[in-house]
Amino acid sequence: MTTQSTAQTTILNLPEDELVHPGNRACSGCGLSIIYRIGLKALGRDTILVVPPSCLTVLQGLYPIAATQLPCLNVTFASTAAAATGVLGALRAQKNETTTVAAWAGDGGTSDIGLQALSGACERGENFIFICYDNEAYMNTGVQRSGTTPQGVITTTTPFSGKAQKKKDVPSIIAAHGIPYVATASASYPLDLFDKIVKAKTIQGPKYLHAHTPCPAGWGFDPRYSVKLGKLAVETGLFDLYEIENQTFRLTGASKKLIGKKRKPVREYFKTQSRFKALNDEQIESVQKEIDAKWEEYARMEQC
Amino acid sequence: MHIIESGNVAAASGVKLAKVQVVAAYPITPQTPLTEKLSEFVDGGEMDAQYIPVESEHSAMAVCIAASSTGSRTFTATSANGLLYMNEQLHWAAGARLPIVMCVVNRGIGAPWTVWNDHQDAISQRDTGWIQIYCCDHQQIIDTVLHAFYLAETVNVPVMVCYDGYILSHTYMPFDIPEQKDVDRFLPPFTPAYALCPEKPANLNTVTLPDIRPDIRGDMAPGYMEIRHNLHMDMRAAIDVVADIDQKFKDIFGRGGHPFIEPYRCEDADFVAICLGSLSYHLRDVVDILREEGIPVGVMGLRLYRPFPNQAVRDALSGRKGVVVFEKALSYGNQGALYADIKSALYTADNRPTIHNYILGLGGREIKTHHLEKALRASCTKPDTIGDTPEWIGLKM
Repeated sequence: MTTQSTAQTTILNLPEDELVHPGNRACSGCGLSIIYRIGLKALGRDTILVVPPSCLTVLQGLYPIAATQLPCLNVTFASTAAAATGVLGALRAQKNETTTVAAWAGDGGTSDIGLQALSGACERGENFIFICYDNEAYMNTGVQRSGTTPQGVITTTTPFSGKAQKKKDVPSIIAAHGIPYVATASASYPLDLFDKIVKAKTIQGPKYLHAHTPCPAGWGFDPRYSVKLGKLAVETGLFDLYEIENQTFRLTGASKKLIGKKRKPVREYFKTQSRFKALNDEQIESVQKEIDAKWEEYARMEQC
Repeated sequence: MHIIESGNVAAASGVKLAKVQVVAAYPITPQTPLTEKLSEFVDGGEMDAQYIPVESEHSAMAVCIAASSTGSRTFTATSANGLLYMNEQLHWAAGARLPIVMCVVNRGIGAPWTVWNDHQDAISQRDTGWIQIYCCDHQQIIDTVLHAFYLAETVNVPVMVCYDGYILSHTYMPFDIPEQKDVDRFLPPFTPAYALCPEKPANLNTVTLPDIRPDIRGDMAPGYMEIRHNLHMDMRAAIDVVADIDQKFKDIFGRGGHPFIEPYRCEDADFVAICLGSLSYHLRDVVDILREEGIPVGVMGLRLYRPFPNQAVRDALSGRKGVVVFEKALSYGNQGALYADIKSALYTADNRPTIHNYILGLGGREIKTHHLEKALRASCTKPDTIGDTPEWIGLKM
C-alpha cells in the first residue's frame, strides 16, 4: 500500500462552469445527479459522452431537449465500451488525440449486459474513462436485481426473501485486466470523485471508475438522506473508496481515515432502507464478519 | 489492374480504394479472409485506417455506429450468426441514419450449424432499414463496395453488400481493380451531416416521445413516427439514387447499366427465372440449354433487394407468361421472401404472369444444373400450376 494521495480539490476551487443545464428528469435525492454534475466538471468541455439506456438517458432529457452541454452518443445497452472505442477510433482517424471520451453506464449496463464489451475494450487498451454509477439494481426499469445488487436486498425480482447471491465485485474484475487505473467513488464524496476523474484524464489507456450512488426510490428511504446514506455505506466499511493505480491498491479519502478506527456497525446502514427489511440478525451478523475480515486485511496491507 | 483473386479480396480491395477510416471486425466463416486482408493492408501501411479487432459482432457494429457518428467512414463485414448477433445494432445504425457499409458474405444460419452458403442470414435482416445489394461475381463485389459508400453517404442509410459464401468469397476469378485516381473522382471524401464534437454538442439518439414536441425555441421537432417515416421515404427515394450512381460509375469505369436487375436472354423471353446472387449466373447455363430446346426463357439477377424496386420488377416481368423465383431462403411457414415481394410488385401489373417458387441450396446443398433445368422446364411447360407453397429442389430424404 502506498500513502500517496490524490490532489485535494475543495468546494472553493471546484470549477464554476456548469455543464448540466438546471432542471432535469432525475428523481429528487438522486445520487447519480450529484456525480453527473461534478463528474462533468472534472471531464470538462472537451469531452464526448457515450451513454447506454439507464437512468442517465432519462436524466439527460427527452428529444429535442437535452440536460447536458456535452456531445453525447446514446447507444444500445450492451455496447457502451465498444461504442466508446468507435468514437476513439474516429477521433484517431481525424488526428484528434486530445478530446476525452467518457462512457457512463449504470451498474446493470456495466456489470451484466455491458461486461463483455467493457472487457474487450479494457483488453484492447482503449484510451477512455468508463464511469459506472452503481445504484445496485436496474432502477430505470423499476428496481430489478442486478449483478451488483447486494445479498439479501429486496427488489421487484427478489420480492420476498431478497437476493440470494452476493454483489459482483466489478472493480476487481476490471482491475484483473491490468488496466492502469481503477477507482471507486461515492456520490457522498463528490470532491474525491472529482479528483479521481481529473487524475484519470492524465493517464493513457483504459480508466475505470465505480461510483456508489444512493437511490431513494429503489432503496426505500427519504430523498433528503441520500448523502447521509452514501456516507454511512463508507463509514460502515461496506463500500470502500480506493484506487488501483498501476496494479497498486490504496484506500483514499474517508475510507483511508477508517484504517485502525472503529467503524460504524453495518446494522446501522441496513436499518435505514426498506430494501434490507428481509435481512435477519444472522445474515446481518454474517455480513458484519465479512466486513471485519476485509478491514483486517486492509490493516495488514497498510502495515506492509 | 486486372488480377485473379478471391471474392473476399475483391471486397477488401474495394474497401481500401474507398479510403475507409475505421474498420471493426470479428472473425466468422466465410467472411474472415476479407477482414484478414484489411488488417494486412492496415498493418502493412497500405491503408491509412484504424483497424479495431473487437470481441464480438455486436461490438463491431457498435464501433461502426460510434465512429460514423463521430464523422469517419466506416466498414465491417460478417456472415450468418454474426449478422444475427448484430441485429439490434443494424436497426440502430439505420434509425440513426449512419452511412455504414457492411459486406455480408452469405451463409446459412444455425441450428444445426452450417458454414455453407444460403441467403437466410441477409434475408432475415431485410426489415432493419438497411439497403441490400446482391452481387453475382467478383467484379460486381468490388464495384458494389464503391457504389455502396456513395449511396450510403448520399441518402444517409447504411448498405449491405451481399455475396455468396464460398461460391464467390473463396473462389478465384479475374476482375479489374480500378485506379485510385478514378475512384477518387467517383467517390468524394465523407462529409457527415453531423459529427459528434465538443464545439457543437448534441445529444444523439435520445429518447423520443410518441408525439411531436417543441424544442426550447418553441419549434416543433419530429417524434419517433416522423423520424421513421423519413427513413422509409428516403429508402424509397434511394431507388433513383441507385440508378444515378450506376450511371456515374459507368461514365468513369465503363461498367454497369443494370442497377436493379441484370437480364440474360430476356428480350423475347415468355418465361423468366429470377433470383439473388451468383445463382443467376448458374441459371444462364440452364437458360442456354432450354433455349436449345426452343423454350423462350431468360434469367434475371435481382441486384437491389431493399429498397425493393417495384416499378423495375413490374416493367421487367409484366406481360411475360411465367416467372420462376429461385431462392436460397424462405419465410418459414409461408414461402420465399423474394417470391412474396415479386408477387406483391406484380399485383398492380396489367398482364400478370403465372409465378412459381423454388427453394434450393439451403446450408450449401449442391445445386445441380440438371435439377435447375428440370424445374425451370416444368415451370415453362406447365405454367398454370400455381401453389401457395414453394417446391423444394434437391431434397434427398
